[in-house]
Amino acid sequence: MSKPEREITWKELNVGCVIDEPGNAATYRTGDWRSQRPVYNKDRCIRCGTCYIFCPDMAIKTIEDGYIEHDLYYCKGCGICAQECPTEAIAMKDEVE
Amino acid sequence: MIEIRLHGRGGQGAVTSAELLALGAIKEGRYAQAFPSFGPERRGAPVVAFCRISDEDIKLRAVIYQPDIVLVLDPSILRLVDVSNGLKADGVLVANTRFSPEDIKKELGVKSRVATVDANKIAQEELGLTITNTTMLGALLKASEVVDKGAMIEPLQERFGRLAERNIKALERAYQETQIL
Amino acid sequence: MAIKVGMEVSIAAAEAVKQANTDIVAAYPITPQTHIVEHLAELVNNGDLDAEFIPVESEHSAMSVCAGSSAVGARSFTCTSSQGLALMSEIVYIAASLRLPILMLLANRSLSGPLGIWNDHSDVMSIRDCGWIQVFAENGQEVYDHVFIGYRVAEDRNCLLPFLVNLDGFILTHMVEPIEMIDQAVVDRYLPPYKPLYSLHPDHPVTMGAFADPALYTEAKKAQDEALKGSLPYIMKGWQEFGDLTGRYYHPIERYKTEDAKVILVTQGSLGGTASIAIDNLREKGELAGLVKIRLWRPFPFKEFREAVKGAELVVVMDRAISYGGPGGPLAGEIRSALYAQERRPRVVNVIAGIAGRDVAPEDFERMLQQAQQGSGEGYEIYGVRG
Repeated sequence: MSKPEREITWKELNVGCVIDEPGNAATYRTGDWRSQRPVYNKDRCIRCGTCYIFCPDMAIKTIEDGYIEHDLYYCKGCGICAQECPTEAIAMKDEVE
Repeated sequence: MIEIRLHGRGGQGAVTSAELLALGAIKEGRYAQAFPSFGPERRGAPVVAFCRISDEDIKLRAVIYQPDIVLVLDPSILRLVDVSNGLKADGVLVANTRFSPEDIKKELGVKSRVATVDANKIAQEELGLTITNTTMLGALLKASEVVDKGAMIEPLQERFGRLAERNIKALERAYQETQIL
Repeated sequence: MAIKVGMEVSIAAAEAVKQANTDIVAAYPITPQTHIVEHLAELVNNGDLDAEFIPVESEHSAMSVCAGSSAVGARSFTCTSSQGLALMSEIVYIAASLRLPILMLLANRSLSGPLGIWNDHSDVMSIRDCGWIQVFAENGQEVYDHVFIGYRVAEDRNCLLPFLVNLDGFILTHMVEPIEMIDQAVVDRYLPPYKPLYSLHPDHPVTMGAFADPALYTEAKKAQDEALKGSLPYIMKGWQEFGDLTGRYYHPIERYKTEDAKVILVTQGSLGGTASIAIDNLREKGELAGLVKIRLWRPFPFKEFREAVKGAELVVVMDRAISYGGPGGPLAGEIRSALYAQERRPRVVNVIAGIAGRDVAPEDFERMLQQAQQGSGEGYEIYGVRG
């Protein structure tokens, strides 16, 4: 939402609390939930796409030539991509302050 | 305002009689109410229906305690239920029975007028069934002209369609044959 | 001059739903509402009403279907009583919070137990706080009229709230009485097609029925409260415009001989007619008695009510439901609350009567008023209970 929840007044709510911005769940910065972040080793990547398929949040994008990039806005650090990568091209590292 | 209480057995059309009277009165441009004594009746159980007719808007919705007219559709009810309870002294009890008004008046100790007709016989002959609700309307209208007889024709036709003619005939016969004391 | 036609009130109600060009009827049968939905089923089956009749498997589904159909912009109708209302109650609250203009006819019947099919107000009182606009009809004409008024007010962009019409089970549903039907052309003038503010459609996707956490919930409920309170002028407008077209004007409070009344009886629903006869009888005996009939139950018309009982020294409130372990009847509780802050306030005596079809005659009302003269105004009394 455009305004922090705690600042919204009752008059600003839509009738029936209808949410009229379709897909506004996209503004949730789920990346803030992470305690570990994925580290990508492009040299080991064989561009199989397994991590892309397995990511539960669709937080992996394919870039030129079929290599990948993690979308850290959304990535929750679940580690499934690292677990499934057949060449161990992804490692999970603790988030530092 | 005239208040009418109808006694019958479930399935004999007491409620229909009350409704037809009300519809007749409404067709005449008057106010009327018709309602059953509400409940899960079964066929054969004694039931009561009510009808009010007035020239003015009827605001009263309670049960009728002191009817001007009591109509009894089934002879056996006369001895089963206190049909004359609350009946006004200047009112009339209209009963389906083969006995005369004198006999009924004496037997039930009724102070008001009594009208009788053997509706079972008429209904059996005209309709082939001892369902006496329309027949007894004839008796009621003879005993007390609450609604013009002519005003009843249309409601009967609307309700009974093809069978209306026979019902109207039964009503007419009862109108002729009812005796009043 | 319009002609009055004799018909059963249930049939008249169904005919009104037909004339209102309802799109969806979703209902489950329950005594004493059955004649309404049976007749509607016939009308849809015969093609007299172009609507979907959905014979749902329970009342919970009935209200759920109406919520869904209203959400896509269909004019939706359901009707129930007693246990049926209790079964659908979780969705009743949701319909109001989603601001869906559903019309429901409630054939008032006692909530079990014991099991009973007869009329009182315990069912509607159980959803008092649901957020719907709620009115009481006194006779068949009012039931018929309020189908149109209900949709008109509910669908008003300034309201967008579901609308409940109470009609006493059996006493109204099964009563044959004269009804003045309204010409279809007049109905169409009064009630235009429903144009929803929001509707569910892939072309303009929205979410209805979202989740809200503590940070936002209070604001959401405030918005709903303001919507119901704010609907009052639009209800009045709906009634005014209806009156201009038909000559029948309705008000939140109907008053009968209250101007100089020292004792005022308060009723809701069909017993108001019977009560007026008691008032006439008492007046003949020299009592300065009057009657206030509460037509608009939610939003409660505080201002109009206080105005109506201004000169009274004693207000006798007849409730047809009991709040067990509470202050008596719900109506008396609200009325005491309405009068509490006033400098001069009448004694309020609460009488509970007409429970589950127990007949109330004019003599009973007269006795209630006479007995109330000795009442302290505290607590409540169940009239006519044996033992």
